[in-house]
Order: sequence, then structure tokens, then C-alpha cells
Amino acid sequence: MSPVDFIAIAPLIVTAATAVVVMLAIAIHRAHALAAGLCCAGLAAAMLSIGPAWSASPRQVTALLIVDHYGLFYIALLLAGSLVVAIFAHGYQKHATHPEELYLLLLLAALGSAVLVVSSHFISLFLGLEILSVALYALIAYPRLRQEPVEAGIKYLVLGSASAGFLLFGMALVYAQLGTMTLARLASALASGIVTADPVIALGVALMLTGVGFKLGVVPFHMWAPDVYEGAPAPVGAFIATVSKASMVALLFRYFAGINISNYRSLLVALSVIAIASMFAGNLLALLQTNLKRILAYSSISHLGYVLVAIQAPGRAAAEAAAYYLAAYMITLLLAFGAIAVLSKDGKEMDRLEDYRGLFWRNPLPAAALTAAMLSLAGIPLTAGFIGKFYIVAAGVEAALWPLVIVLVITSVIGLFYYLRVVVAIYGDPPRSDSTGSSQPANSAPTGRLALSALMLALIVLGVYPGPLMNVLRSVTAELLH
Amino acid sequence: MILLWLILILLLGGLLAWSLERRIPNASRYVSLIALGLDAVLVTQLWGKLNGPLVAPGAMPGIWIEQIRLPWIPRFGISLHLAIDGVSLLLATLTILLGILSVGASWTEIKQRTGFFHFNLLWVLAGILGVFLALDLFLFYFFWEMMLIPMYLLIIIWGHENRVYAGFKFFLFTQAGGLLMLLSILGLYFLHGQSTGVYTFDYLDLLGTPLASQTATWLMLGFFIAFAVKLPMVPFHPWLPAAHTEAPTAGSVILAGLLLKTGGYGILRFVLPLFPDASRAFAPVAMTLAAVGILYGAILAFAQTDLKKLVAYSSVSHLGFVLLGLFAGNELALQGAVLQMICHGVSTGALFILVGGLYERIHTRDMERMGGLWQAAPKMSAVTLYFTMASLGLPGLGNFVGEFLVLLGAYQVSVGITVAATIGLIGATIYSLRMMLRAFHGANSYDLPFADLNRREWVILGVLMIAILWLGVYPQPVIDTAAPVIERLTAAG
Repeated sequence: MSPVDFIAIAPLIVTAATAVVVMLAIAIHRAHALAAGLCCAGLAAAMLSIGPAWSASPRQVTALLIVDHYGLFYIALLLAGSLVVAIFAHGYQKHATHPEELYLLLLLAALGSAVLVVSSHFISLFLGLEILSVALYALIAYPRLRQEPVEAGIKYLVLGSASAGFLLFGMALVYAQLGTMTLARLASALASGIVTADPVIALGVALMLTGVGFKLGVVPFHMWAPDVYEGAPAPVGAFIATVSKASMVALLFRYFAGINISNYRSLLVALSVIAIASMFAGNLLALLQTNLKRILAYSSISHLGYVLVAIQAPGRAAAEAAAYYLAAYMITLLLAFGAIAVLSKDGKEMDRLEDYRGLFWRNPLPAAALTAAMLSLAGIPLTAGFIGKFYIVAAGVEAALWPLVIVLVITSVIGLFYYLRVVVAIYGDPPRSDSTGSSQPANSAPTGRLALSALMLALIVLGVYPGPLMNVLRSVTAELLH
Repeated sequence: MILLWLILILLLGGLLAWSLERRIPNASRYVSLIALGLDAVLVTQLWGKLNGPLVAPGAMPGIWIEQIRLPWIPRFGISLHLAIDGVSLLLATLTILLGILSVGASWTEIKQRTGFFHFNLLWVLAGILGVFLALDLFLFYFFWEMMLIPMYLLIIIWGHENRVYAGFKFFLFTQAGGLLMLLSILGLYFLHGQSTGVYTFDYLDLLGTPLASQTATWLMLGFFIAFAVKLPMVPFHPWLPAAHTEAPTAGSVILAGLLLKTGGYGILRFVLPLFPDASRAFAPVAMTLAAVGILYGAILAFAQTDLKKLVAYSSVSHLGFVLLGLFAGNELALQGAVLQMICHGVSTGALFILVGGLYERIHTRDMERMGGLWQAAPKMSAVTLYFTMASLGLPGLGNFVGEFLVLLGAYQVSVGITVAATIGLIGATIYSLRMMLRAFHGANSYDLPFADLNRREWVILGVLMIAILWLGVYPQPVIDTAAPVIERLTAAG
């Protein structure tokens, strides 16, 4: 490895180093603010190091990692997401007993997801995935004295390990037939059309997609999502919903961009079925929920379904649309979970819909944040979600994927029902009982509120003036095609 | 720049009204009035320009009074393109007028959360103005959706008992229609791009896109359904009675007076010019549905006991005339449709203000519980009678001219449909007179004494009375203003 290689992977190195520093700091002096501060500073430094890495890329760093602008863009997104999660976690854990290690795990998870985005080899893919997953098992069950987080953690552990097994087995089958473990070679093999002729490779790819599908939480691999979202602490839920999924989508689109999926009938059908089933199941099941976190879980199932609509549009438009959508989706879900985190206090999650009745008149900032998030998820103008949905629909219409686009429209309308239910609750009359008394300024850590405001601003800026980000995405995804 | 300011003033005014709520009571009302007043000044300026030299953007010279075009999202060929012609000017004027009056109408009705109320009021007006002014299809869709949320909040926060349900229905119907329109817009965008190599959402560029007839029909239907939901056309109307009934007075005024007009405007601005052949082929269906709507609305209005519901169903009936006129396609009928949109905005707006005032006083909208109101409040009853007469199409008041022109134009196209629509006019007379009889005449059996109109209400209603009379006696200025737009439309078809 040359020095330039190190510059190219500096964001990964800084993140990993920060994890070590935080660990040592905890060993020397246990202090919540110190751990959180170090974590945030490290993530910020890692984001700054993207600057030099940007000029050093595109670059293949060993056989394992490919650092290009596409990957760095996503790394920036993931690190920013992790930073926001860390900020929310700080306010959320104000009265927790041992809050420090959460930041350590968070850094590891961020590292794993970043590795995933730039992985170009089965080994790095699997390593990245496992660093991410193992950190997540512990993160979900972090409030270990409460029952729900531990239960959710175990659920995620069991299903996650099983899906990792599928992924590994799929990799082994592909390796057995193709004799390669680089993802680019697999993609070019797919592009050249060997796969249809070889059932073993087809099986291998299918098994690998199972592993991917689990991380994305799309139907039929979605069973874990509602329980885990509900059980996990709110900031961790935010991480699972955003960073963890975005990294996998980035990986998927990187290698699908060069493949003309329409040559693979079975793959096309499989992806369409998954997308349609996710859109329907996510939106329909969300209708039945009375818990905000579960609503968000089903909502994100359907949103990943929307993203899978884009993947079937050929080439660059797809990756671009998905990238914009993910940026919008990440901001939106961070906002929603952030609001929950800011409102929850002392380990009691505020996640039942009835808790939110009349919230706007008591606690306007989180209520406005949540409203903005719901409108963005529903794809209403002035929010980033609107432009994101527009992008996806445009990609779908351009590729003439009419059945998928129509399903997208139908399910979006169904989705309105539960987004509006949340809005109705927020603006409803507050419950009579406590309307007189304290307007409970629940754990109003200024940092958390600041983060909410910043996210809301970003949501509106991306919804009203999306031009600059679109230009970045255009140049970033242009590299993917060769 | 005037056009951009028209919208920005309302948006900023809304934010200001909201932020002042805590500090100064009633400030939000005055802020709203000032913002709308500034807009009124700007609109007056535009009227002044009407007779001056007209700007000529691109292919359609002569009809645009003022325009502004700024790059917005170059990636997709989207620009911030606003322009105003005669028809938009008329509707923008109506928007400002009804906006001011609905601030006045909610002066005593809305006592809670006034800041947020006026924020929503101004933002929905801004969205409506944007719809009337946008000449970029993406921007149009943007405003189309933007007016939805504040209206929804107006209904679910300040509405009556069933407000949540009504809000849901309103939102779902319009959003479903809107998404279909989005698909059509995108379809048109890509077809235009593929055939010319220029990817743009600009209305003026998309005009005259060559389309295969079947494709054109599908795309046209996408637009049409979105507008038919708003109009509303039977069978897409169920949201309307619910939303009108449950909304607060200002909400009902804006819904009936303005939001419904965006549907008619959309057909006039987009469906007919973008898809001339497809819409001509579709005209018999649309006209039949219009006639069905006229009769259906009249029959259901007859069956109502809730005053607001009655007015709401009468809107379904009256807006049927607009649809009929738009698709009859000749100049007379189109003029009638434009006039009918404006007159309906004025007369129904006034009726909702009256019903709202009545509800504030006697806390019911149920006609069964009224009767003999004339003795209790003769002035209010007289004004109600005046607007009821306008609504049923009494000659001398505006609605008559609109409906008459529509029927005259439609007669040249289809005698059968015109006859059916005319029967609807008789229906209007029956349900309107029934309402007057039930509510205002007879014995005051429930002993409902209450205050008559106060000065604020006199001002509001007086303006509307003069407007509807003027529209009925001397509609020529309106016809002249809309004429260039309509001539161009019929000449192209």
C-alpha cells in the first residue's frame, strides 16, 4: 500500500482510531460527556478527512476496497448520520447508568457500514457487514436491564446470524463456479449472461440477495423490523433505519448499475415481487399499528420497496435517484427518531401514538419535526421526501416500469392514512387530564433540539432547492458506469 | 418580480402572523390583512398593465401580462416560471378578495391558536395563487400539493365534530388525483424529451408535443382525474360535502370559492391546450358527467337538512356547469365557464359566510331546528335571500350570466345534454326556495333570538353583494379580460 492509499481510506482509519481512543478513554476515566464528545469529534474528523480522500480517489486500495467518489459520498452521508445519532444518544442517555460504551459501539457500527460501501471483495463485504451487525446486536440490547431491548437484540442476533450464513453460503457457491471473490468480476459475469446458464451461480446470487434483503428489511425478510425498531432505544433505532440500510443500498446500486437487469427475467421478476410486496405489506401493516416506532418500521419497509423500484431502471438514473432518495430518507427518519429520542426520558420511550396527542401545543419543536418527517415520508412538497419520490417515479416512468410505478402510487395513497394519523394526533386536542399542568419539557437537551432544527432545515432545503445535491450526485454516479 | 412577490408576501406574512401570536393578541389578524392588502395593491398594478403593451414569451405572444422565469432545478429542466394572463388575473383577484374576506369572517369565530390559523390561511392562499400563476408543470404540481397541507390542518384543527374524518377524505382524494397527475406530467416530460431532445417541464415548450392518440388519451386522463377530483365531478365528489361541512367558515369559503376553481382552471390551462385532440374526443363523456353532476348535486342538495351540506351539494351542481362549459369547447361556453367560476366563488363564499355567522349565533346548522329566522334577524335573512337568488341563477345577478352562456354554448354541441343541465336549474330553484322556506320563514318554533348582522359582517357581505350584482349587470370587463385567452384556445382547437 502506498501513502496515497492511506489518504484514500483515511475516513475509515480515523473512525477506527476514534473507536480505540474512546475505549481507552472509558478505561481511564468514565465520563459520559467525554465519551460522547470524543465520538462526535472523531466522526467529524473522519468527515473532514473525506476532503483529501476525495482528491486521492478513485482508487483501488488492495483487492478489498474501492474508494471512489460514489463511495465517499455515501461514507459522508453515513458518518453524518452516525454523528446525528450520537448527538441524540447523548441527550437520550442523560440519566442512564453506564452510557459510555454506546459510543464505542456506534463508532464500530459506523466503521462497518463505511467498509461495506467501499467493499469490492467478498471478504471486505463480509467483514464490513459483520462489524456492523455485531455492533448492532449490542447496541439494540444496550439498556440491558429492560426486557424489550434485550428481546429485540436477541431477535436481531438470531435472524442476523442466519442471514449472514445465507450470504456466506451464496458467496461460496459463486466462488466455486466463478473462481473469484471480487464483486466486480461477479457483476461482469452477471452482465455477460453466464448466470442464466448456470443454476449454481443463480442459486448463489439468490442466497446472497437473501442476506442483503435481510439488512434492507424488505419483504419477505422484514419480520424482525417492527420488533427491533420498537425494542431498540430510539437513537439506535434511528441508526438501524438509516445508516445500516443506506450502506447496503449503496453497495447494491454500485454493482447493479452496470448490469442491464432486463436481461435477467428471473432476477427482474424476483426484484419486482420483492418491491411490490414490500410496498404493499409495509403500507398496509402500518395501518394497524398504534405505536409510532412500529409505524416507522413498516413505513421504512415500504420505502425500501420504493428504492427497489429504482433499481430496475437501467444504469445511472437509478443510482442517482436512489442516492437522492436515501439522503432524503435518512434525514427524515433521523428527524422522526430524533423527535422520539428528545421526548423520551429516563428510559421510558415515548412511542405510543396516544402520547403524542396535542403535542404541538405543548412542545412545538419536536412536534414540528415529527410533522415534517411525516410529510416528507408521505412525499409532500417543501420536504426532501417529495423530491426523492419525484426522482424515483421519474426513473420508473423513464424506464416505462408502469406496473411498479402504479403500485408505488397506490401504496403511497394508502400510506397517507397512517402518516396523517400521526399528524392528527400531534395537532389534536391534548388529553384533558394534564392540559393544565406541566408542559413537560422532557429531556430538552439543547444539543438534541439543535440537531432537530438542523435536520428540519436540511429537509426543507433539499425539498426546495435540490439543484446542488443533484449536481453532486450526477458527477458521483457518472463514475459507476465504467 | 410582482408575481413572485404576490406569493412571497403571503408566505412571509404567514410566518410573521404565527410568530406574533404569543406576544400581541390579534396581531396575526392584522398581519394577514396587511399581507393580503399588499397583494391587492400588486394585483391592482397588474390590472393596470392589462391595457398596456403585453409581453410576449416564446410561442404564445399577446396574452401574457407579466411573467418571471428563474432557473430552479436545471437537472430536470425545471424553472421557476410564473406568468399571468387574463384568466389567471381574474382568479388571482378572486383569491385575494376572498382571502381578505375570510380573514374578516373568522374574526370572532376563531379564538384559539389564531397565529397558527392565519399561518395556514395565508399559506393555502399562497399555494392557490401559485397554482393560478405557475407555468412550469413541476412548479404547478408543487403548488398543487402545497395548498393541501394547510387546508388539511385548517379542517382538522378548527373544524366541527367530524373534522378528522373529513380531513382524511379530502386529503386522500386530492392526493390520489395529484399522484396520477404527477405520472402524466412525467410521461409528457419524457415523451417530449425523447421526441425533441429537450427535457423540460415548461408549459410553453410542452404545448404542441406530438403524441400518439392513445398515449395522449392516457396522459390527458391523468390530468383530468386530478382536476375532476378538485372540481369536483361526480363520481369523484364524496370528499366535498364532508370537507365543506366540517371546515371552519374561512376554510369553507376558501374550499368552495377557490380550491374548486383550481380544478376548472387546470382543465382550461392544461387539459385542453396540451391534449386538444384527446380532450375533444373525450368531451362527450365529460359533458355527460357534467350533466349528471348538475342533476345529482341538485337532487342531493334537496335532501339535506344541514345548511352547510346543502350549500356544498349545490356547489357540486354549479360546478357541473363549469365542466360542461369547458368541454363544450366553443367561445361562448368557455366564457360562461370562466364567469361561472368567479360568480360561484363570490356567491357560495357569501353563503358560507352567512351560514357560518348563523352557526356562531344559534350553534346549529340543522334546518329542522330553524324556522322563522326572518323575524329574528331580518337583515341577515334578506342578505341570505339575495345570495340564494344569485345562486339559483336569477337574472341580474352574476351566476345567471355564467350559466346562461354555458347553456348557450353547450346547446350548439349537444341539445340533449343541455336540456338535462337546464333541468338542473329548476332543481336549484326548488332546493334553494325550500331552504329559504324552512329556515327563514314560518314560525320561530325554537325561539331563537339573536343579534342581526354587525358592521364587520355588513362590510364583508356588502362587498360580495356589489360584486355579484356588478357581475350580473355588467360582466363585459370580465369577458374582455378572459377573451384573448379563450380566443387563442378555440383558435388552436
